Amino acid sequence: MRRILAVLLENEAGALSRVANLFSARGINIDSLAVTPTSDETLSRMTLVTYGDDRILEQITKQLHKLVDVVTVMDLTAKEHMERELALIKVRFENAEDVDELQQVNKVYGGRIADANELCYTSEVVGTSGEIEDYITALSAHEIVEVVRSGPLGIRRGEKALEIGHHL
Amino acid sequence: MSTELLSSQPDSDTELLTGAEIFIRCLVEERVSTVFGYPGGAVLHIYDELHKQREVDHILVRHEQGATHAAEGYAKSTGKVGVALVTSGPGATNAVTGIADAYMDSVPIVVFTGQVRTALIGNDAFQEVDTVGITRPCVKHNILVKTVEEMPLAIRRAFHIASTGRPGPVVVDLPKDVTEQKMPFAYPENPHLRSYQPTTVGHAGQIKRAIKLLEKAERPIIYSGGGVISSNAHEELTEFTRLTGFPITNTLMGLGAFPGTDPQFVQMLGMHGSYEANMAMHHSDTLIAVGARFDDRITGNLEKFCPYAKVIHIDIDPSSISKNFPVHVPVVGDAKHVLRAMIDDLKQRERALPDISAWWDQIHEWAKKDSFAYKQEMDADIKPQYVLDALYRLTEGEAFVTSDVGQHQMWVAQLYKFNKPRRWINSGGLGTMGFGLPAAMGVQLAHPDSLVCCVTGEASIQMCIQELSTCRQYGLPIKVINLNNRYMGMVRQWQDFFYDSRYAMSYMEALPDFVKLAESYGHVGVKVEQAKDVEPTLKEVLAMKDRLVFVDVVTDPRENVFPMIAPGAAHNEMILS
Ligand SMILES: Cc1ncc(C[n+]2csc(CCOP(=O)(O)OP(=O)(O)O)c2C)c(N)n1
Repeated sequence: MRRILAVLLENEAGALSRVANLFSARGINIDSLAVTPTSDETLSRMTLVTYGDDRILEQITKQLHKLVDVVTVMDLTAKEHMERELALIKVRFENAEDVDELQQVNKVYGGRIADANELCYTSEVVGTSGEIEDYITALSAHEIVEVVRSGPLGIRRGEKALEIGHHL
Repeated sequence: MSTELLSSQPDSDTELLTGAEIFIRCLVEERVSTVFGYPGGAVLHIYDELHKQREVDHILVRHEQGATHAAEGYAKSTGKVGVALVTSGPGATNAVTGIADAYMDSVPIVVFTGQVRTALIGNDAFQEVDTVGITRPCVKHNILVKTVEEMPLAIRRAFHIASTGRPGPVVVDLPKDVTEQKMPFAYPENPHLRSYQPTTVGHAGQIKRAIKLLEKAERPIIYSGGGVISSNAHEELTEFTRLTGFPITNTLMGLGAFPGTDPQFVQMLGMHGSYEANMAMHHSDTLIAVGARFDDRITGNLEKFCPYAKVIHIDIDPSSISKNFPVHVPVVGDAKHVLRAMIDDLKQRERALPDISAWWDQIHEWAKKDSFAYKQEMDADIKPQYVLDALYRLTEGEAFVTSDVGQHQMWVAQLYKFNKPRRWINSGGLGTMGFGLPAAMGVQLAHPDSLVCCVTGEASIQMCIQELSTCRQYGLPIKVINLNNRYMGMVRQWQDFFYDSRYAMSYMEALPDFVKLAESYGHVGVKVEQAKDVEPTLKEVLAMKDRLVFVDVVTDPRENVFPMIAPGAAHNEMILS
């Protein structure tokens, strides 16, 4: 089962590798990982996607909590939440008319052309991971040169925020 | 980490101290009286300061593995934090085994490692290793100190983290330039760790639920582990056990938390546990696990483990609960608090717990198997068990006993009845051969007037034999009992059971003359070859109170440890002989 975890951790050298170690030591794959500073400069926020059943997830969240550098862990999958991922997609077209198709697809998915060079176009699109996959499929008749994805960011819906001192 | 976190700000005109001086001051603040260590380039400033003062004793080991095990022995026998100090590079890598050992057995130690100058870090400098990276998977926490300003808080945190919650090792990596930088000294009172707040008090609702289960128990058993000793909860455990009248078994790491000679004690459980303990586990309907972690050497085949039991699990580490085995009533908290709360609750109840005399009858029936029994013919080879029995009788169960790893370790656990906690010091989780002698040094230094015995095998002892030199230098009168079967006995036993007795590399050839070896280190060496000499010799040895005596006992090379639960088997599938 796909899981998305939000983690607040001390913004210190080594904190990230402690988290990465914890997964690799248990043979669990991290599907995607996004880490950035927060408005509190002493903290980083991590959004992490992994796969596992309830027992694996329970053990992973407990182990994350056990790390001295980890301040808060939340399993977003268990809450009302939203996810957004950014993708940059470079596509090469054979003829200029095909570009119309790109614009059509962009309209549907809210994408935008970010760079154009002859017949090579780079567009950007934001959405759930599923939407991004659909977007790529929609262009699959053309030569997709490169795809870069940020991995999802997640946030709880409603008023509540992820805060220091939050417990599962 | 910023300096404004320091709770006591130094005055601007206070004296400036070097990082090395500050290091010593921090140790004094933490009331550290003994450090086990070995010098080298990266820690020379610190050694120079150690040389100038009297408050902290430094014990020079002969290998950094010895420093970490000695710190463990010190910590396990006292409950205080053990401290080791080693240089960068090979000093740090040599210390890793002891760090990993402390991690597996939750031993509070702080290991200070020297590091190359901050400007050289990452340059493959002489004696540089990424100590923080290498030790990351086997520490509770580790810290690279990048400036002298960070040092006091880092050390405050290290001791706090090592000794609270589920204890464990913390590594503090100190680059050489940090130990020469200067600043005014102030020691922070508060470790300021917003992300580290171990739960100690158990949830009242969970405790109520646990009590409810006890009230319905017909075939209960208490299974307690090293966590009870770590949290100094032996008195509460004893009171709880007496109050309930339930049978109790201890893990290898938990021996001594409940008196080993008490009739409610059904002996150790697990791979080499007693028949009655394992059968009682298998048939129980209510399991009360306290400070134990359902390790595979305890549970055997998890699918067949405790098939009828409702399980209560009391542990300070939430990640221990339901890790291997799903439990019904988890109680996260310090064993001492939780057991106290349960005792108070039980005492207030009017309704007595159910009568379990039928269950006790069954257990007594199982106990008749006398599964640790052995037979010593006086004209035959010396049975290792006979030596340990004699040791137990002659020391009246009062000695501190360390051991190495192998058959001898299991026999001590089976036969030496520990009535007090912190007397049995061994390497359970990592199973580190070489642990016994350096650990005994730590115990002896912490308890200078007590009898400390190290029970070992001729293979294990050779892994840290160099520490005999340390024992000589500091006059440590340890009694080393070498059960010399000329085999890596435990390996040979597995080869007997699972490899048709093909003894690949498990025989010990070219053994040294241990008596002469001990003598060359300046100790007393004695050899025992006949059963009739065992007791009189041990008596003489124990009377040599101020000398280290190395007793080389030539034992039966074929003896195996029984009972045994083969890997993958269940508790009711023991091999008895
Ligand atoms: C450092 C290390 N290496 C290897 C092992 C595997 N091992 C476990 S027990 C054992 C044999 C120990 O032999 P000895 O010390 O003579 O004790 P005995 O079993 O004969 O009592 C070995 C090699 C280990 N536990 N630790």
